[in-house]
Amino acid sequence: MKLNRRTFIKLTGSGAIGMTLAQLGIHMEPVTAYAASLKTEGTKEVLSVCPFCSIGCHIIAHVRDNQLISTEGDPEYPASEGALCAKGASVLSLTRNPHRVTKPLYRAPFSDKWEEKSWDWTLDRIAQRVKETRDKGFIKTNAKGQTVNRVENLFAIGTSHMDNEECALTAQAIRALGVVYTDHQARI
Amino acid sequence: MTNHWVDIKNADAILIMGSNAAEHHPISFKWVLDAKHKRGAVVMHVDPKFSRTSARSDFHVPLRSGTDIAFLGGMIHYIIENDQYFHEYVTQYTNAAFIVKESFGFKDGLFSGYNPETRSYDQSKWGFETDAQGIPKKDLELKHERCVFQLMRAQYSRYTLDKVSDITGVSLDNLLRVYKAYSATGSPEKSGAVLYALGWTQHTVGVQNIRSAGIIQLLLGNMGVAGGGINALRGEPNVQGSTDHALLYHIVPGYMAMPLADWQSLADYHKANTPVSKDPLSANWWQNKPKYFNSLLKGWFGDAATAENEFGYKMMPKLEKGTDYSYLFLFDRMYKGDISGGFIFGLNPANTVANTNKVRKAFDKLDWLVTSDVHHSETTDNWKRPGADPKKIKTEVFMLPSAHRLEKEGSVTNSGRWMLWHYEALKPPGEARTFGHMLVDLMNRIRKSHAAKDSVYPDPILALDWPDAYNAETMARRINGIYTRDVKVGDKTYAKGAQVPSFALLADDGSTSSLNWLYCGSFTEAGNLAKRRDRTQTPMQAAIGLFPNFAWCWPVNRRIIYNRASVDLNGKPWSPEKAVIEWKDDKWVGDVPDGGWPPMATGKGRLPFIMQTHGMGAIFGPGRLDGPFPEHYEPVETPVSRHPFSKQLSSPCYKSGSSDMDKLAKPADPAYPIVLTTYNVTEHWCGGGETRNVANLLEAEPQLYVEMSPELAKEKGIKNGDGVIVESIRGKAEAIAMVTVRLRPFMVQGKTIHEIGMPFCFGWTTPGCGDATNRLTSSVGDPNTTISEYKACCVNIRKANKLTELS
Repeated sequence: MKLNRRTFIKLTGSGAIGMTLAQLGIHMEPVTAYAASLKTEGTKEVLSVCPFCSIGCHIIAHVRDNQLISTEGDPEYPASEGALCAKGASVLSLTRNPHRVTKPLYRAPFSDKWEEKSWDWTLDRIAQRVKETRDKGFIKTNAKGQTVNRVENLFAIGTSHMDNEECALTAQAIRALGVVYTDHQARI
Repeated sequence: MTNHWVDIKNADAILIMGSNAAEHHPISFKWVLDAKHKRGAVVMHVDPKFSRTSARSDFHVPLRSGTDIAFLGGMIHYIIENDQYFHEYVTQYTNAAFIVKESFGFKDGLFSGYNPETRSYDQSKWGFETDAQGIPKKDLELKHERCVFQLMRAQYSRYTLDKVSDITGVSLDNLLRVYKAYSATGSPEKSGAVLYALGWTQHTVGVQNIRSAGIIQLLLGNMGVAGGGINALRGEPNVQGSTDHALLYHIVPGYMAMPLADWQSLADYHKANTPVSKDPLSANWWQNKPKYFNSLLKGWFGDAATAENEFGYKMMPKLEKGTDYSYLFLFDRMYKGDISGGFIFGLNPANTVANTNKVRKAFDKLDWLVTSDVHHSETTDNWKRPGADPKKIKTEVFMLPSAHRLEKEGSVTNSGRWMLWHYEALKPPGEARTFGHMLVDLMNRIRKSHAAKDSVYPDPILALDWPDAYNAETMARRINGIYTRDVKVGDKTYAKGAQVPSFALLADDGSTSSLNWLYCGSFTEAGNLAKRRDRTQTPMQAAIGLFPNFAWCWPVNRRIIYNRASVDLNGKPWSPEKAVIEWKDDKWVGDVPDGGWPPMATGKGRLPFIMQTHGMGAIFGPGRLDGPFPEHYEPVETPVSRHPFSKQLSSPCYKSGSSDMDKLAKPADPAYPIVLTTYNVTEHWCGGGETRNVANLLEAEPQLYVEMSPELAKEKGIKNGDGVIVESIRGKAEAIAMVTVRLRPFMVQGKTIHEIGMPFCFGWTTPGCGDATNRLTSSVGDPNTTISEYKACCVNIRKANKLTELS
């Protein structure tokens, strides 16, 4: 069967009925784009969701060699029917912009500049600071003698930019550390 | 949202209040205009400022910021006195008929049980009278003097048109236009939708603003029906999901309370948090809470959670009752030097938290700070902000480069509660990583370091069921829930490791784990349902734009919650033309009903508001900290010194910071006579940390401006395009004057009151665009949520001689 991009996306949708998980899994495999122009020729289409307000407009990303070539609204998503606002339409320039930070950065006490560091060094250093702070601030019991197992000198805030799966891990980690000063954009 | 985006098209009237939907949720307006053009819906915009939402509405009604309850209280009064309410719905499906205890009272703007020392209420004064079985007493005639209906009538009889107009600044004509058009949805076949956003939440009476709308929607029979509902147009990309998963101090995932010190054992927790109803007609769904909570603990602590050790409950941190650990108090504590370090993921509080000058100084007191973002922001680079000397700031700062949405796989939940899967289109640039990858890696290092013998109580850290590497799909399975051993349910056996098919099968005995009961059913043996893209519908579903096979929706793929209230006692839809569910041939068709019980008339049904202990829509809401009925109070900073409803000027329970930087202008302060409201623009996102770094968006909206009326501009000698300084008692901000009729002076108590408006998306890390508007706003919070009053504070404005923040 000859696949063009619209029928491909339709098939992925209607085909979902009765499919097993394995079939349902990562299905936005590379497909030959129904190239309307040279720009998207040979790209694969990948479905994403706009990273701004929570209408969740779907975006079709056209990608070639790990390069984002083009983005457009997805007409199959019922809430947006392919539309995007000014921000949603800017996802291409947002993703490919020169202001992105691409390496872990470190600012030493009293320093006036950032320094680039490796992930290993950075995460080990943070883990050490967490341990020192938590060890020092851990509160086993409150004034009434009740066990409270909490830490009040550490905080963790954010973020609604996380996916649900990342949120679930964050919620778990924060409670395990005993952190109680925790919050995010839902309270703004 | 109780309903969902597409459903807006089914409304006969749409009240947009506390939201500028056309500019801030632009695609939502597709459905507003669909209702307007195809159904002839009346669209009303009640907002201080004329915007593109107003331009496309049937009418725009300017209202002074912070007077929404007066406006809505007037509408409640109008609906009752003009007999516009939906009698059968109100009697059968709301608590209007319940008899309230004699200890309830209301005098001089305060409800009974108020303690001025603690600025709080004894809520037990507001309970219901119960019969010998413990079921609330009712008067279905709604005539008893202490029935909810009569108490509500008395409460809002004070909200006369004249008084409401006098304090809100809304003309009598405009009040009546909205009241008449919206209350017409009280007829059974009609429905009205309320759309709101931060314009309602960001007040010291934020929760009660929404409660007022809830009362109106219940009176008009607009809950549970197509084209109805209370629809929070949620901002932020996954704020629905991140709230469901409880990145908040006071709850754990699935809207269950965080443990308190007073609940030392798991049994204590369950006793305090599991509601009991004696009414056989009440589903009282939260009676299942122990199953959800124990499954969560099992999910967190895995094999280390056993019935013998209370599933790890004792390891959990416990809060002090009445202590608030939210932003407002976190920054208060940080400013006082009582916090050593912490994490800020994808958030820019140095621009977006109220009274930003205090927040920025508070960060200087930290020993260490971990930030994670895609760009530099006012928060990551706070140590070198204008006016600060980095050589004097001790904080060790880390910045972890994070990935963008297109660079990762996972799910987000839209405002209509649809769980939507997105795929990785490309790898993050350079060494940037997803939050998931960095968090899993970091926590594994923390776990390793806590294995050392000298660690203080490492038990919960070491006991965690924590992955070696991040995988979104695996996490989605765990969120749904998994059988931890072979379990036989009826004829079917679920093997250890199998997905739990529905939260109805979660158990409290450790045989199931689930990181969020609301999402149980999203990832079953049929696969990851968030990935579904099937648009097929039955004709009944197509009639109301319901897409049950596209993605997945919590709870149990129910697209309109409380939908048992959309049918009469026999299961027939109030509005057959836009039926949500219907009892046909001994089964429900349409949407997934709120429980499969047959209709009420069979005697085997259950009342429709299944999450309420008594099964009824709560017109009387004794669970709120600041009163069972909404009452008008002025914003904490107000341009008036009195209001017509009581002597209680502002909320008797609002919260506030306590430092030397938490200054407040006094009521009707002549130094700060102008009301400031804050908002955003279509082209920027919240604090602007992302969108200011996108050239095309910055070009469209390049710098901070202040909108003001021509009358105020003339009074202050300011011309369109002039540089001005806006000043509150807490700080100053430079802006460019935008003189426009979009803002009108209000006539309040016989005097002119000016209101101005500013976006809050600009900050100093983008050169020349201006700096935080929130340097002006006050950190005073709603007693229920502690959300700050960003939408109303008092300022003054003058022409600037010189500009330093703008170029």
